[in-house]
Formats: sequence, C-alpha cells, structure tokens
Amino acid sequence: MTPDELKTTAEKQREAVGKYPHRVHVCMAAGCISSGSDKVKDALTDELKKAGKDKCCLVKGVGCMGLCSAGPLVEVADSVAGNSVMYKNVTAEDVPALVASLEGKPVPHLLLPKDIPFFTAQHKIVLENFGLIDPDTIADYIMMGGYEALNKALTDMGPAEVLHEVTASGLRGRGGAGYPTGLKWSTVAKAGGGQKYVICNADEGDPGAFMDRSVLESDPHRVLEGMAIAGFAVGANAGYIYVRAEYPLAVKRLKNAIRQAERSGLLGQNIFGTPFNFKIDIRLGAGAFVCGEETALIASIEGLRGQPRPRPPYPAVSGLWGCPTLINNVETLANIPPIIRKGGKWFASIGTEKSKGTKVFALAGQVNNTGLIEVPMGIKLRDIIFDIGGGIPEGRKFKAVQTGGPSGGCIPEQHLDMPVDYESLASVGSIMGSGGMIVMDESSDMVDVAKYFMEFCMTESCGKCVPCRAGTAQMHDLLARIMEGDATMRDLALLEKLCDLVKNTSLCGLGMTAPNPVLSTLQYFREEYTSRLLDGGGNGRHPKTAAAAEVR
Amino acid sequence: MTVNVLTLTIDDQQVSAREGQTIMQVATENGIFIPRLCHIEGLDPVGACRLCLCEVKGTPKLLPACTTKVSEGMEVSTSTERLGEYRKMILELLFAERNHVCAVCVSNGHCDLQSMAQKVGMDHVTVPYRYPKLQVDATHERFIADHNRCILCTRCVRVCDQIEGAHTWDVMGRGEGSRVITDLNQPWGDSETCTKCGKCVHVCPTGALTEKGRSVAEMAKQRRFLPYLTKMREEW
Repeated sequence: MTPDELKTTAEKQREAVGKYPHRVHVCMAAGCISSGSDKVKDALTDELKKAGKDKCCLVKGVGCMGLCSAGPLVEVADSVAGNSVMYKNVTAEDVPALVASLEGKPVPHLLLPKDIPFFTAQHKIVLENFGLIDPDTIADYIMMGGYEALNKALTDMGPAEVLHEVTASGLRGRGGAGYPTGLKWSTVAKAGGGQKYVICNADEGDPGAFMDRSVLESDPHRVLEGMAIAGFAVGANAGYIYVRAEYPLAVKRLKNAIRQAERSGLLGQNIFGTPFNFKIDIRLGAGAFVCGEETALIASIEGLRGQPRPRPPYPAVSGLWGCPTLINNVETLANIPPIIRKGGKWFASIGTEKSKGTKVFALAGQVNNTGLIEVPMGIKLRDIIFDIGGGIPEGRKFKAVQTGGPSGGCIPEQHLDMPVDYESLASVGSIMGSGGMIVMDESSDMVDVAKYFMEFCMTESCGKCVPCRAGTAQMHDLLARIMEGDATMRDLALLEKLCDLVKNTSLCGLGMTAPNPVLSTLQYFREEYTSRLLDGGGNGRHPKTAAAAEVR
Repeated sequence: MTVNVLTLTIDDQQVSAREGQTIMQVATENGIFIPRLCHIEGLDPVGACRLCLCEVKGTPKLLPACTTKVSEGMEVSTSTERLGEYRKMILELLFAERNHVCAVCVSNGHCDLQSMAQKVGMDHVTVPYRYPKLQVDATHERFIADHNRCILCTRCVRVCDQIEGAHTWDVMGRGEGSRVITDLNQPWGDSETCTKCGKCVHVCPTGALTEKGRSVAEMAKQRRFLPYLTKMREEW
C-alpha cells in the first residue's frame, strides 16, 4: 500500500459508511457477547431485512463501549440529524422496537443517557476508536486515521525523530512499573547487533483486569501499528505478541488483523514503499501468571519453561534468543500511533508533571458502573469511583479500592482525594499496576482479601526461588489461620517478618510484590487482623469467641 | 587477547578482578565465603536459592553474588546483620518445606543444606513445618531419588544438561508443587535418556539423590570431577 492508497481506502470506507442514513453499532467485545450481543446483532440484521430497511441502516459489530455492567450495549446513530442514542441491556426481543424507532422516537425503557459522568468525565486516547469501528475490518481503522502514524514515521520522520517524539511525550510503561518508554526504546535502539525484536506483552493476568483484552478485541490494528512504529524506531524487523490463550476472541481478532495488514502491505516487506520490513507473529501463553514478567515471557517464547532469570542483563541488551529486545505492554503500544500523529508535546500536555497522558482502568467490584474507562492521569480516585463509577450499590459504605492486582495494595477512604499517578499510588503502599481497579465496600473482609491474593501468588509462583515458592505458601497458611481464629500475635509477627523477607529477597517482580496486599491491609486495617487473634484483645469479633458466645 | 582488570571492594577489602567475573568468583578467590545452595562452580548460575544475596552500594535491591558481574569501584557487603537474618529465614523455609530429618538421612554430615545452616547460625526453625507427602523413586538400578529431601536447586538438571548432555532431568509443576523429574515424569529406572553417569547424584547438595546401598551418614558426595571437566573443556 502506498500513502495515496491509504488515503483512498479511508475515503472509500467513509463513503461506504456515510451512505446509510442510520447506523446501529452493537458491542461485540467479550463482555457484551457473553450477555448475548451476538444474538442481538443477528436479530437486528434479520429484522431490518424484514422491514425492508437494510438499505438505509447499517448494522456494525464494534468494540467495547465501556459500560460493561449495562451490556449488551447498542448505539443507534442518525447521520441525517447527526445525533445518536445509546441503549442498555438490549435483548433480541427488543430488536423490533429498536427497528421501529429508527425514524421515530427512541425506545424509552432501554435508553442509556450519554451525558452521565461515566461518559463525559473520560478522556479517550487509547480507546478513541472503541465503539466506532469494526475490529475485523482494516478499512474501518484506516478510515479513523489508522496507519497514518506509521506512514508518517516511515516517510516523513526517521528513527531518531520517532524516538524524540516518544521521549518528549513522557509516556511511561502501562504494564505497571512505569518505566519511561522513550528511555527503553532508545536503549534498544543503541544496542549493538543485527537482529532485534519487539515484543508486545499481552499476558494480562491480574484478577479483575481486562484492559489489554479489550484493546485487542476492539482495536487490534492500533497495537500492530504501535509495534511496527516501535520496530522502525529501534531497528527491529520482527515482533511477537505474547497473548494468553484464555483470550480466544482477542487471539482470533489479532490473527485476522495481522492477515489483513499483511494483505494490504502494512506489515511485511517494504512497507509504504520504504526499505522497512516488519512481521508480527502471535505466541500463546499457557496460563502462567509469571509469564507476564518479561524474562519469563521471553523464555516462554523461546519454548523454554516460563521462569524468570536475574536481571541484568536486561532484555534491551540480551532478550529473545540473546538479541536486544524491546518489550512493551499492549496499552503502551496502543498510545504510540496518536503520539506520532499528534506529536509528543500534545501528549505531554495531558496528565501530571511526572505521569503524562491517560490511563485505562478496568473498574470492577462493588461499584455501580463497572466497565472499561480511560481517564487523564492526575484525576482523583474519588472522581473515578463516585462520579464515573456512580458510587457504591445499595447505599453501602465505601471501604477500600484495590489497584494493581496481586502486586498492588488496598487504598482506604482517607486517600481518595489523592491524584492517580505512579508516585502517589506508590506512596500509599499500592501501585498503578496495569489498571485493574477493584472497589470494595463495608461488607468486604480485608484479611480475606489479603488471603485471596496470597493464594493467587502462591499458586502462580513459578517455584524457582525459595522466598517466593516457600514464603508465599507459609504466608498463605498464616493468613488462613488468622481467618480461622487459631493464630496468635506471634503468628502475626512471623507474617510480617515473612513479608519483609519475600519482598526483599525474591528473584522477580511476582515475589517482590506478593506481600503488598498483606502489607497495605495491615497498614490500614490492622484491627481486622488483631481482633481475630487468640491473644489480640479481640473485642468479641474473634470467630471462636463469637461462636462460643452464641452457644451460651 | 587483552583482559580488562578492575578493582572493587568486598567487605572493606580491596580486591582486583577480571572483567566478566561474578562477585561470587572474586570473593572465593579472596577467601571470602558467601553462603550458597543452588550455585556450584562449573555449572551456569541461576540465582534461585537467594542465599548469596549481597548488598551493593548505590543499589537498593539485594543482588545475587552468583550471577552479578563485578564492575569498577563496586562496594559489596556480603555479611551484614540484615543479610544474616534473611539467610537464616530462607534456610528455615527450606527446612520446613519438605521432610529434612538429618538424624536418619544418608547424607547426614555430608549435606550442603545442613552445613549451610551451621555456617549462618540457623539453630532452630520458627516457621511451621509443612510435612508434604512425597515420593521416593528407587526404580533406578544404581540410584535413589527422594523428593522429601529435594530443595529444588536444579543442580541435577543443569549438570545433566550442561555437562553430561543428556537432559534427563527437568522441573515440572509450579510453586510449592514443583518437582524434579526424569524424562517426561517417568520412573528414573525407565528413563531412556539417563546414561547412569551419576553426576546428578554427586552434585546434589542433600540426600535427595543418592547411591543405593548407603546407610545413614554414609553418602558423601564426590565433586572433584566438575572443575576438572570444566577445565578440560576450556582447554580443548
């Protein structure tokens, strides 16, 4: 494909879509499909044909529209009037009413107002095409300006300018640790040796997190474009997407996207008529959480046991098959095309001093609006939970919000007015993490929460280093004893000692961060621990004393 | 060929080293002992047991001496109070993880786990014993694998792969459920790749891999072959 052909494709697709006076967008991401959106889409197609309206109304399966808790979501747009309405919880039975409403008034009982904070308080960069394009059609992505950034990088800029823009953007790794992306890219670019690789880490494994899945399901070409730009900037000609096999829909759409991009000449040899070649392959993860750790992930791609190894050497120097390797998270790469299109300065104008841009969060747990959101860095946690999230259901009281999955911590009420950025979250004992955000209300038991995450780390430990393998198992059993009311102050002291050991002596990030859920709940909810101890001065809350009191 | 020589400080002692050497190698050359269990000179280091962790000035993280390369002006502390506490605790975790009963062990008195506990002063175990039920594989004509005494150091896996070239041993499972296996988890006696060389038995730090017919405290390990083989390969 030449740059001119890219423009023509975009125009043709715009025309093809624009000729319909009505457009119906049905969410076809995994969340809505599981509540029956595929049936809604089929019913819509049939009903329109029956009503003879299939020439004036386009039915399109699109990516995630965000408010997963109200799914299946359907958006009906009127091109003539230039407005659109959104419907929630749509079933196949509602379809005749929807079709009948095309030229008339919207269906009132399904209406989802678009002016609620859930939609208005967001700032979409990564999710800009969500709900607008069909993830299985490359022309749809191109219509929205897709692959323009790759074209710009290859034909107007050089690798150095691309590196400059990414560095200027201030983008930091969205996988959790927040390492400056520009710095990582320039390290790989400077590394010697002929062969280099780009890896996209799509092994999203935190419980309650589904940001990467949604990006891959809703806008896969964005990730491919980001990877190709990265390859151009660092001098790599091959890339791998390591995606977990538990995401079959994401894998299917990625495979389709890669095939389409190859057929259009947007991946492969001499992209946009330049000497730049880039190919992308998919590697499936077999369900190990630790394979999200970069050195374990690389070992897994090489066909070895997915175990981390000590760093240095970092993958930027010696990664896949010993070659310099750039490894970035899905969301990081998805930020690249808009940065190249609009410039690093534009990106750096969003967010806070040290954390630029936006962050995608998967809002889950005891909150009214669960789903996928994208907010500017620096937003208050309170705004996320109570405005965008719509607060806690049934008027219950907020207790804590858990960020960063098993590596993160629980943040209580008193820190809700803190801005969301890498440093602030770390200062209160949690981490930004990949973007899982689990809201908990007063009914949540914090010791149980800590035990849940510790069980997760224990079963997901690879078993290589002693502190993580044996330490997480001991910590889990201690937490179980505290839950059962069989523990003493001595056990609590041992738990804290083990937290310190595992945190400081483990080999990889999994072990180093495994104690975080315990440490943060101990910091803010210590009373929930001590009241369960046999000698903790338990004010009647000790499970065994409470049971004994009942018997009496 | 020129080799860059650099100087560094280990435990306030100024030492010289060749570029590319690890902290462990340089410390050993200078008579400084750093505790270790997974590491054995002659096999690729993996940094798994975490006993050799050292403090390096300017780095907040503790670094394993077996895999960390020395650099010019590096200031290493190998035996601070904090490291000593961590080492004791790691050994306690190992003793509690499986069934290590020295009094009835064939390797009593010749065991690296036991001697390391003595060296770092681990005189009792404060974490609860886990008493897992594990198998003993005595199907091999010459050797026994007792998983109750295995500490998953993977020395057997590495010596079989890197020195013997058979790769009979590997690790299966994850976390606490990890276990060393022969071939695809077949009984050792049925292994088609095992050459019966016995190198795994002699690099094994504990009584997990032993020769048949040994009674309590009789299984001393012969390890002189390893540096010899490594040297012969280098000179070839």
